[in-house]
Amino acid sequence: MHGSNSTSSPVSRLVAESLTGHLSRRDVMRRGAALGLSAPVIGMILSMQQRGALAQDATPAGASGNSIVVPEGLRTDLAGSRVRAVLSEASSPDRAWLEEAMSLFTEATGIETEFIPGETQATDRLAIYNQQLGAQSPDNDVFQIDVIWPGIMAQHAVDLNATLSELAALHFPAIVENNTVNGALVGMPWFTDAGLLYYRTDLLEKYGFEAAPETWDELEEMAKTIQDGESPDNASFRGFVWQGNAYEGLTCNGLEWQYSNGGGRIIEPDGTITINNPQAIASFDRARGWVGTISPEDVTTYNEPSSLNAFAPGNAAFMRNWPYAYSVTQAADSPLVGKVGVAQLPMGDDEGSTHAATLGGWQLMVSKYSQNQDAAIEFVKYMCSPELEKAFTIDRSHSPTISAVYDDPEVIEKQEFLSRLKPVFEGGAVARPSTVTSDLYNSVSIAYFTRLNQVLTGQADGASAVAQIEADLQDIMADLGY
Amino acid sequence: MAVTLFAAGNAMSQQVVSAPAVLPPKPGRSVDIPQSGWMKARERLAWYLVAPTIVVVVLVALYPLFQSFRLSFTNARFGSPRPEQYVGFTNYIRLLSDDVFLKALQHTVVFTIASVVIETVLGIVIALIINSNFSGRGIIRTSMLIPWAIPTVVSSQLWRFMYNQDNGVINDLLVNRLRILDSPVAWIANAGTSLPAIIAVDVWKTTPFMALLLLAGLQIIPGDVYEAATVDGASKWQQFWQITLPLLRPALLVALIFRTLDAFRVFDVVFVMKGAALDTITLAIYARQTMIDEQFLGRGAAASVVIFFCIAILVIIYSRLVRVEEV
Amino acid sequence: MATTTAIRPAAASTSTITRASQWTLGKVLNRILFWVLVLFIIIYTVFPFVWAVLSSIKPSVELFSTPVQYWPSAINLAFYEYVLANGDFLRALRNSVIVSFTTVAISLTLGSLCAYAMGRLQFRGRVPLMYLILSMTMFPQIAILGSLFQIISSAGLFDRLPALIIAYLTFTLPFTVWVLTNFFKAMPGELEEAALVDGATPFQAFVRILLPLAAPGLVTTGLLAFIAAWNEYLYALTFTQTRARTVQPAIASFTGNTQFELPWGNILAASVLVTLPLVILVLIFQRKILAGLTAGAVKG
Repeated sequence: MHGSNSTSSPVSRLVAESLTGHLSRRDVMRRGAALGLSAPVIGMILSMQQRGALAQDATPAGASGNSIVVPEGLRTDLAGSRVRAVLSEASSPDRAWLEEAMSLFTEATGIETEFIPGETQATDRLAIYNQQLGAQSPDNDVFQIDVIWPGIMAQHAVDLNATLSELAALHFPAIVENNTVNGALVGMPWFTDAGLLYYRTDLLEKYGFEAAPETWDELEEMAKTIQDGESPDNASFRGFVWQGNAYEGLTCNGLEWQYSNGGGRIIEPDGTITINNPQAIASFDRARGWVGTISPEDVTTYNEPSSLNAFAPGNAAFMRNWPYAYSVTQAADSPLVGKVGVAQLPMGDDEGSTHAATLGGWQLMVSKYSQNQDAAIEFVKYMCSPELEKAFTIDRSHSPTISAVYDDPEVIEKQEFLSRLKPVFEGGAVARPSTVTSDLYNSVSIAYFTRLNQVLTGQADGASAVAQIEADLQDIMADLGY
Repeated sequence: MAVTLFAAGNAMSQQVVSAPAVLPPKPGRSVDIPQSGWMKARERLAWYLVAPTIVVVVLVALYPLFQSFRLSFTNARFGSPRPEQYVGFTNYIRLLSDDVFLKALQHTVVFTIASVVIETVLGIVIALIINSNFSGRGIIRTSMLIPWAIPTVVSSQLWRFMYNQDNGVINDLLVNRLRILDSPVAWIANAGTSLPAIIAVDVWKTTPFMALLLLAGLQIIPGDVYEAATVDGASKWQQFWQITLPLLRPALLVALIFRTLDAFRVFDVVFVMKGAALDTITLAIYARQTMIDEQFLGRGAAASVVIFFCIAILVIIYSRLVRVEEV
Repeated sequence: MATTTAIRPAAASTSTITRASQWTLGKVLNRILFWVLVLFIIIYTVFPFVWAVLSSIKPSVELFSTPVQYWPSAINLAFYEYVLANGDFLRALRNSVIVSFTTVAISLTLGSLCAYAMGRLQFRGRVPLMYLILSMTMFPQIAILGSLFQIISSAGLFDRLPALIIAYLTFTLPFTVWVLTNFFKAMPGELEEAALVDGATPFQAFVRILLPLAAPGLVTTGLLAFIAAWNEYLYALTFTQTRARTVQPAIASFTGNTQFELPWGNILAASVLVTLPLVILVLIFQRKILAGLTAGAVKG
């Protein structure tokens, strides 16, 4: 992955060289001191060096530099067992980091681990999980599950309260509660997500804008000005990129548009279907207006990577994306280092408007059908520990689910925006209607995003789409007995 | 994939079906030794030989097919603890009132008619060209096998790349080189162009194959028929309509059957290029989405049974048009 | 219209030599038009694949330059290096090879036995069986997707190669039987008859006489079945996740190696890698395939 070569920091080079056995203990201490590293850090590097042969596998990928500190107190009596974890997708920018984290876990515990890439799109991922777990397959032990799935996954999950309740107490109570089904903790919170607005600080300055847009009107104006100014030099330049493909990501975008315009949450927690309202309609029609103007016409086929593919090389002024995108734009070989700002998404101007961010995020679940449950639980304990969450935050700009991590000085220094936006992650984000729709959520989301995609591609207007969604949701809710 | 298999299978079998005309008479009946013991032994042997295939076909195809029928009358869901119940025709009724299903049906019909008609017309033109003797027809025939050999997923990705709005070669050709268009078009994203763009991919992939099938039909038309017609003063155009087309009819019908069946169950090309987006969703995609993504096994089974019957009806209609030689 | 008029003179020219030598302006124009058309057809059919190959070896900057750069300024194999070092892709490639070969081997083994019986032996139930096989080659894969999935799940075969092999047999086996039956039927009976008179059992006659004669048919059928299995997408997408994933779904979801570039270079390189063997096979066996395709789509 990116940065796996070239310009890693002197510290990570030192770590890498010490692990591959190129440096003696003395060399490590000498060079570490020269770099101004504290004694504990040097000690850590040395202890990693001592852990022997396994580390050598880990180092080639490890050259990208990570700040992982292996937590104390992991069980070592499970050495030799094997944990297969379905984590991010094959091409995820986090993959190298995750594989490093896993090999450090193996070093510390002797438990073998295997990274199993999951499907890219959440709907597909859920379908595959359902297929695999529905068949009670013992193939995989740990599953990364979306914040909207605990209800669906509960029947396949080991209750983590039995073993990890102390760890759970450290995490955001709202997410722990979300993940608790009938008293059982289905998944340990791992990182949380909220939709954010990324913007080019250099371009805003160039065109005389002082701050990130507060409202959608302002965003439209800024995006248009910048696009008009930049496109003569760069034909691919667009004002605003987001996720318009007919998939789960569009449900997240759409919920932000309508909620920020006072248009409700599609289905309210009490089961009332509220999608058919003027503010939601207005927000759909507004988004339709972006397509082909401030957004590329094919934004209706974009997912997260494709919007990042437009923004990261410098071809867009604004982007809606999740926190992970920040570290990608700030990687060593990125053209945008120091030129990216992050803010809350703009709000609408209808009654009840507010800033809105769709709640996302992932939990780690241990499969009930796993034959290595103890080792799998140990792995979850490791991945969701404060140490690992902190490193994941610093290295990969994921928003942690542990309050204290946001206040950590290193985190504040490296990922200022995360600490600044802590209230959003801590419970300010808007949840998709997954709890109330339980195992029919996929149908709700499919109905919502296919109709909304129709609006964006000009096959329907906001009002008729919203009426259609309402009708579809009534069918679905009737199935649930509402 | 099925495209390849199917049409190829047909062409292969047709080759052999046609063979009796050429080979010595009564090929199917090899040995007639009038001993009942022999006959019994041979009949027993025959059953031993076909048994493994029958077992496999029954287990992996017929039984699942029966299951699909059964499930289509239930409310079965994947991964649902709720017991499965018979719900009569509810799933089918629900399909008829589901506008997404109706859209899928409409797209499938449009896709089938458009792609088959275009492929047939282009296929005839190309077959006529190759059928005229010229040096280098070997090259053109070879080149036509290439689209046929490329996996549908690969060709879909390839065309997605070429359709790209900003730096796709198709927009570049039309806008910068040939100046037919003023500005690049988002072929796949735009709801007005997405289905035609996908049909174009199918036409590219399958026309050459159609042409090869039709070429075979052309090659058996004797040249002196045309000479006689020329002497009678028929124009080339008249010759085409009055001689070529009627004589080509059997080959044309066979090719049409298999192309239509393939087009009707289209999945790969649309799914890779557009997923389940509503402007291009087809019946097969609808059925898969309902069964797998939404887990409504019963309702999805009903949709796939509908596809099954549509195809069965098409087969019956066509087989009236071309009598399949008695086995 | 232009095409048909352009074609006729060419077709007629062989039979009416005397008139062909009289060059008129119209004929010359027809001739030019004809060759333009031929050229167009070749470009149309071959260009996309050539474009894939060219694009996959371009430096990545040129892959996305506007206006499009048609000829690479230098050869860049980085995309191939990435793809060939990608463990997921290599595993998919290996899976595809295993599944396709196994499916073809099973289909040919069972299929040739069955086809021999149906083509050369008389037995009650032969005709219904033939119709059954024929209809099996026509039915849509999607019709059994859900129920086949249930069966695969309950057998614990989800994301396992045998699941795909079973699923692929649903279309390769009937196809193989159908084609080979006709192949056996078309063989002259004398050789087999002689063997039987010599005291060989029908089965020995099959193994020693007919099977070797059928070898060309087996090769062609096997090749076509192989291509079908190799190119299959719907079942592979639905019945596998990681360990049994084959190349088609892998390519459909291929993405870039960094977020700063669009994934096209890798997708194209992977596409070329999985297509090249097929194109080469088809070109090597093109006479056989063409003979298979063209020998008689029309009944005499």
